[in-house]
Amino acid sequence: MAQVHIPAAWRDLSGGASVIDVPGKSLRQIIAALDRQFPGMAQRACEGEQIAAGLAVSIDGGLTTRGLLAAVRPDSEIHFLPAIGGG
Amino acid sequence: MTSPQSKPYKVIGTRPVRHDGVDKVTGRAVYGSDLQPTGVVYGKIVRSPIAHGRIKSIDTSAAEEVKGVLAVATAADFPHLANKIAELGEGSVNLAHLAANVLAQGKVLYKGHAVAAVAATSPHLAEEAAQLIKVEYEPLPVVTWVLDAMREDAPLLHDDVRTNSMGKKAAKPSNVPTHIHFEMGDVDAAFAKADVIVEREFKTASVHQGYIEPHVSTAHWNQDGHLTVWTSTQGSFTARQQTAELLQIPVSQVTVIPCEIGGGFGGKIAVYFEPVAAILSRKCGRPVKLVMDRDEVFEGTGPTPGSFVRIKLGATKDGKLTAGEAWLAYDAGAFPGGMIGPGCMCVFSCYELPAARVDGYDVLDNKPKTQAYRAPGATQAAFACESVMDELAEKLGIDPIELRLRNAVKEGSRRVDGPTYPRIGFIETLQAAKNSPHWKSPLVGSNRGRGIASGFWFNIGLKSSASAHVNSDGTVSLVEGSTDIGGTRTSVAMQLAETLGIPAEAVQPRVADTDGVGYTDVTGGSRVTFATGLAAHKVGLDIARQMTERAATLWECDPAEVECVDGVYKTNGKSITFQELAGKLQSTGGPVVGRAAVDPEGPSNGFGTHIVDVEVDPETAKVTVLRYTVVQDAGRAIHPGYVEGQMQGGAVQGIGWALNEEYMFDEQGRMQNPNYLDYRMPTALDVPMIETIIVEVPNPAHPFGVRGVGETPIVAPPAAMANAIYRATGTRMRELPMSPPRLWAAMSAKKS
Amino acid sequence: MGQRIHVTTEINGEHVEFLCEARQSLLEVLRDTLRLTGAKEGCNNGNCGACTVLLDGEPVDSCLVLGVEAEGASITTIEGIAQQAHLHPIQQCFLEGAALQCGICTPGFIMSAKALLDRDPQPSEETIRFQLAGNLCRCTGYDKIVRAVQDAASRLAGSSKNPATSKTSQARATAH
Repeated sequence: MAQVHIPAAWRDLSGGASVIDVPGKSLRQIIAALDRQFPGMAQRACEGEQIAAGLAVSIDGGLTTRGLLAAVRPDSEIHFLPAIGGG
Repeated sequence: MTSPQSKPYKVIGTRPVRHDGVDKVTGRAVYGSDLQPTGVVYGKIVRSPIAHGRIKSIDTSAAEEVKGVLAVATAADFPHLANKIAELGEGSVNLAHLAANVLAQGKVLYKGHAVAAVAATSPHLAEEAAQLIKVEYEPLPVVTWVLDAMREDAPLLHDDVRTNSMGKKAAKPSNVPTHIHFEMGDVDAAFAKADVIVEREFKTASVHQGYIEPHVSTAHWNQDGHLTVWTSTQGSFTARQQTAELLQIPVSQVTVIPCEIGGGFGGKIAVYFEPVAAILSRKCGRPVKLVMDRDEVFEGTGPTPGSFVRIKLGATKDGKLTAGEAWLAYDAGAFPGGMIGPGCMCVFSCYELPAARVDGYDVLDNKPKTQAYRAPGATQAAFACESVMDELAEKLGIDPIELRLRNAVKEGSRRVDGPTYPRIGFIETLQAAKNSPHWKSPLVGSNRGRGIASGFWFNIGLKSSASAHVNSDGTVSLVEGSTDIGGTRTSVAMQLAETLGIPAEAVQPRVADTDGVGYTDVTGGSRVTFATGLAAHKVGLDIARQMTERAATLWECDPAEVECVDGVYKTNGKSITFQELAGKLQSTGGPVVGRAAVDPEGPSNGFGTHIVDVEVDPETAKVTVLRYTVVQDAGRAIHPGYVEGQMQGGAVQGIGWALNEEYMFDEQGRMQNPNYLDYRMPTALDVPMIETIIVEVPNPAHPFGVRGVGETPIVAPPAAMANAIYRATGTRMRELPMSPPRLWAAMSAKKS
Repeated sequence: MGQRIHVTTEINGEHVEFLCEARQSLLEVLRDTLRLTGAKEGCNNGNCGACTVLLDGEPVDSCLVLGVEAEGASITTIEGIAQQAHLHPIQQCFLEGAALQCGICTPGFIMSAKALLDRDPQPSEETIRFQLAGNLCRCTGYDKIVRAVQDAASRLAGSSKNPATSKTSQARATAH
């Protein structure tokens, strides 16, 4: 199962848990599973069919550009982060 | 020096003359304002004289009556956009906000906010007509300091902005669009383990990117409905998308032709002029050119955030950090979406912390909408963190480089925002700094001091496309989409040349318009040499595969029997050079065209350490930079001359930020120094030679090991300068800029 | 539109006549009327030096000179300093020394450097920095620009010193 790091701001939904093992082969499946376990998570992570504006998702160190379609491996580590750009 | 393990590159690491160089030293290169399409007319923007107010009325009738005035535009000419979010590759933008920044809707939010536009047959006429447009305002209270803007009783800029805390939305409107919070470990318990704790507060003023070329766009809305835009932009595709979205037309109806660009540093990503020129052109049927004056650049375009940062760090006696806490507020200016995210992610990015807590706030105030500026958000954070590190080193009696070495992040270190680092080169930069001639030399003389500081920037990946075709004379024409601000045509072409085993000069790179190349993200985030370079490498692999097949056709053998070494194709004692083979393409199957599109998922993680010696005049508090060294991990320096140039240029921008640059506002929020005389950027006389040490710890995510290099060098300078000033004067400066009046006041306060 | 004035001048060795309004700057005339766009506008108030040209051999910010002041003068612009197929040594040293990034300030720097070296063929680093202090560059940090001018001075003096990249202070280290 993928290891999902719950942002501090979302731990009110996870009962304080900061790292959770979640099943899923894509980010869409991961977020759906998270939301089943902790209702409200999907609303924080997504806007409609997209990752919420201003949010980025790190999967195994890379910032995914595929949004909810991003592939997740069984041993992946996932973080929800503020989006970054650059000058 | 090159280590034995590294590949013996033929092109990479050399210093060829850049392909666009001759045009740029002879004045022939075509920048946006050099362009004069047939029938062009000139636009001028009417800007708000007040920093906050409601627009009661706009009367354009007098301007419209002037002979030679061809069109007038206001926000009413734009389609109405709901709060639609557009994904721009490098981030997302609320289109309603973007539109309201381009031409104010209902309210003006900063002095210089564009309100209306006029097009006329000459620039002077357009200027005169603009003065005839009468705008009535109802002034509102103004706020320009980030902490004031956060107060409950602060004037509210937008009544529809509510705080978003990682997806949690607050109930009532405020000037704080975003709150970011990271927490790792038991912070309070970790501070309890510290022998020494330092907690300090820091302030920085708004500064501007300061590119010498003002914004310029020319648009022609053709009678067939097609819009062509010639513009100075860091990203032609993002300019196209923003323009199309604001005008609500399909992207295929817009061609953006990027001109040579006279500097950007993050400030030429958002559109200002493109959609306005387009509307004016649609109204008058002629190409319309808009050029900013320098005061419009300062007052109407992106400064980078002014900030307030509080940092607390705890360490044990033997110099191990136990915990960190940071509270950051950055101003976003008139619209949400400042640089607070990366600020929060960078504040502790150089050090391993067992426990840490970070809170960050994006704050609206009556300044131009802030834009990215070279490692956006990182410099303000590093100024605070690296100053506190210096103070910790002093309290612990540990050499400042040694303290950093004891806590430096390395492969596997977990960042406060969560992810762990892959192979990075921070420790190597500290070691190189420690072994540098600069650090090892004594600094003698009174009123002098030496400071060091380190800095980090992510560097992004994102999308790049490229294609190339082989010419019969053995050269290769490369087409890419990254506007070239600092010699990237060459650093990208060199990677194609290396891949094919041909000289850099045998590649002819061209930056195409939005119809001439596949989608390519902005020239920003230190990504071009990394990501577009990766695309060029893949184009090379594609061409090499086809050339191998051609050689096999020629020799009537299986392609698997052909090998290529350094641009020479061989099989069973037969060989042919790339150039010779290029001459035989037409008889072996026709043209060879290579192509690639990439979307690498950065970051490539760039670290640097800076050393500076200063002398402070005890009478005037003027700071003289005596010596400066930049040490940086470039992963692999493709063209070392331009890598050094990035390091030197970033350092000097950072010196300007440290010593002199600031937006000065009066109590009505009007900028008092919107010109280069009073907004004091460094001149040649203000700085010494900038020594550089390029460290190469290859990036595992790039075939040649490239890391971005453009942004990291601006991060460390203000902290390094503050630390040096402390050593010279005994005064710790915690506010930027450390200009003579401010430093003098601090030195005097300390004496009395 | 004001009445236009007839001006006779010499630009890059050629006899030139133009009409301009009294309020038009030399920079406007060069760029918009004569289409010599090598001189750039960065600030239009004499602070950035991107519009530097030589007026009777002296470097001037052409944004601060009126078009009518060109009457009877001899003007040299960036377009006029290469000799047929050969770049001027200052141009060559800027190229070889990577002394430009975005390139918008480059014509101005080259013209200021030319004015300096015409007058003082072997300037000290301090003198170069002082004489170039009226030209702003936001990209390079000036290091490579100053070196390029030093190299051009050597080259113009017929020195056998290596160009551009010969100076100390650039180092590389590799780690794996």
